[in-house]
Amino acid sequence: MAIRDRKSGNAAVAYAMKQINPDVVGAFPITPSTEIPEYFSKYVADGQVDTEFIAVESEHSAMSTCIGASAAGARAMTATSSAGLAYMWELLYVAASSRLPITMAVVNRALTGPININNDHSDSMGARDSGWIQIYAETNQEVYDNFIQAVIISERCRIPIMVCQDGFITSHGVSNIELIEDEKVKEFVGEYEPENYLLKAENPLAVGPYGTSPYYMEIKREQAQAMKDSMPVILDVAKKFESMTGRKYRFFEEYMMDDADVALVVMGSSAGTGKEAVDRLRAEGKKVGLIKLRVFRPFPRRPLAAAMCKVKAVAIMDKAESFSNSGGPLFNEARSSLYDLPDKPYAVNYIYGLGGRDIRVEDFYDIYKDLYVICENDDPGDVYRYLGVRDSRYTTEEQRMMEEEYKPGAARSYGMDKQAYEV
Amino acid sequence: MCNNMVEFRWHGRGGQGAKTACLFLAEAAFNSGKDVQGFPEYGPERMGAPITAYNRISDSHCKVHSNIYNPDYVVVVDETLLKTVNVTKGLSKEGALIINTNRTAKEIREELNGAYEGKICTVDAEKISVETLGKYFPNTPMLAAAVKVSKVIETEQFIKDMEESFRQKFPTKPHLVEGNMQALKRTLKEFKAD
Repeated sequence: MAIRDRKSGNAAVAYAMKQINPDVVGAFPITPSTEIPEYFSKYVADGQVDTEFIAVESEHSAMSTCIGASAAGARAMTATSSAGLAYMWELLYVAASSRLPITMAVVNRALTGPININNDHSDSMGARDSGWIQIYAETNQEVYDNFIQAVIISERCRIPIMVCQDGFITSHGVSNIELIEDEKVKEFVGEYEPENYLLKAENPLAVGPYGTSPYYMEIKREQAQAMKDSMPVILDVAKKFESMTGRKYRFFEEYMMDDADVALVVMGSSAGTGKEAVDRLRAEGKKVGLIKLRVFRPFPRRPLAAAMCKVKAVAIMDKAESFSNSGGPLFNEARSSLYDLPDKPYAVNYIYGLGGRDIRVEDFYDIYKDLYVICENDDPGDVYRYLGVRDSRYTTEEQRMMEEEYKPGAARSYGMDKQAYEV
Repeated sequence: MCNNMVEFRWHGRGGQGAKTACLFLAEAAFNSGKDVQGFPEYGPERMGAPITAYNRISDSHCKVHSNIYNPDYVVVVDETLLKTVNVTKGLSKEGALIINTNRTAKEIREELNGAYEGKICTVDAEKISVETLGKYFPNTPMLAAAVKVSKVIETEQFIKDMEESFRQKFPTKPHLVEGNMQALKRTLKEFKAD
């Protein structure tokens, strides 16, 4: 029987870590992920786990600790956010190329510049090419469930994994959650028994040596293959998890997509707000749908493209800017996945929610409205758009009035192409 | 869509426990079988800075993860915020403004100068907390007032659950459990609505 409880996203991750009882946790605190090592270190101090908890002096060392422990054959974990993740950058690549199955809770927060502690996806999107699997969550429940699945996905694929959740929105928001019994979690994750590890006397090996040109590219090719091969593993683990809990996970969730005219693709907590918009618009007879992407690395190119092709126009939402001058990271990959298909939908990008900018049900109405306009005009217009941002075409006073009197349906999104020429 | 949702917005100052009260409300509603959300809005945090926290309480799972713009109830933990924060912004006329003050609801209404037409409830949380806890911790009285006005939780169940919550929050300080329980019960009796 599932255990009815209420926890914040951070408390849920710490609880999952307690149930998994890893060998080593190395961590350095940073907002908004600080509570994870904080709560977990209490479990350690209270003797509820027998983990070696290593309080290091920086995130660089936190990841180094996990790398050392994992190479030695231990199940290793950590948690971080924002600048902490950025400070791990060098080691992220070391962990991935050494094929070390480290599980990391990433509590998404904007990268500094200007300083900001609130949520967006710029930290983990920045690390998207480091060779880690990335899974995103809408709710506290999903963070907890993803974290438990992540451990075995990572170990079976020998690829490190980031389990992402939205900073403050889910990390500090307390809500209902169904916990799994300790013994079931223990059985599900099993014992970590690596084939080879540093401390295995009968098979001495080196981890992280210099990769000369005759070898480096083969190693990258193998990493790419491992990422490809992780796809069936992610599904297999999800199916086993489903048979334990009844909760279904795939690469992405399709919400009201079967007969939809237009749809969104979105990651993280905003998917929930988007679903509420779908519910309300459906009640008015509008056939709108939503795709919530759960697994960003590996990118589920073919199945996602097939799902997007069910509609005439799709809005791909990025909570990160990549300054490519052609849209955010999710947009570019999702749109590129459509290229080879003969009957593809219009695809436009919305950059939203940067640095904690709130996105509301009404904002989603605006996007769906835009999508219907695209269908009607048979023209996508500007594909690279900003949502919920003050527009420099208006005076400060006009902007203030717009914010004061903001009403549902009063679109506050605009395309960058048009903007670029008018300012 | 979610059923019978009640939304709260809390206004306080850093250090007064508005966030804690918000999380206690979520916990108490959870204990009564509800689906809950309790979350703070973070900015540059420091003692005394205005802070906002939110609750959604409903009978079924609420999917929305945005802030709350049209709350049913607003709880003002520090009345000096009336001068700097538009606390009644978006507040439902059918709901109520619940404020910590030693003034009357009529006086508050005059200060608001027509900004809010709905019910105004006043609690002298300073007096209650100083007399029961010996210190100015306004959040427990404000929590009790929020429950009493909104009726989201049945009062007797709330008293029982809070005793347990306080025991968990202060495992080594039984006097705080006793003081907070007194503050809670007194507020349920003493709070005033216009």
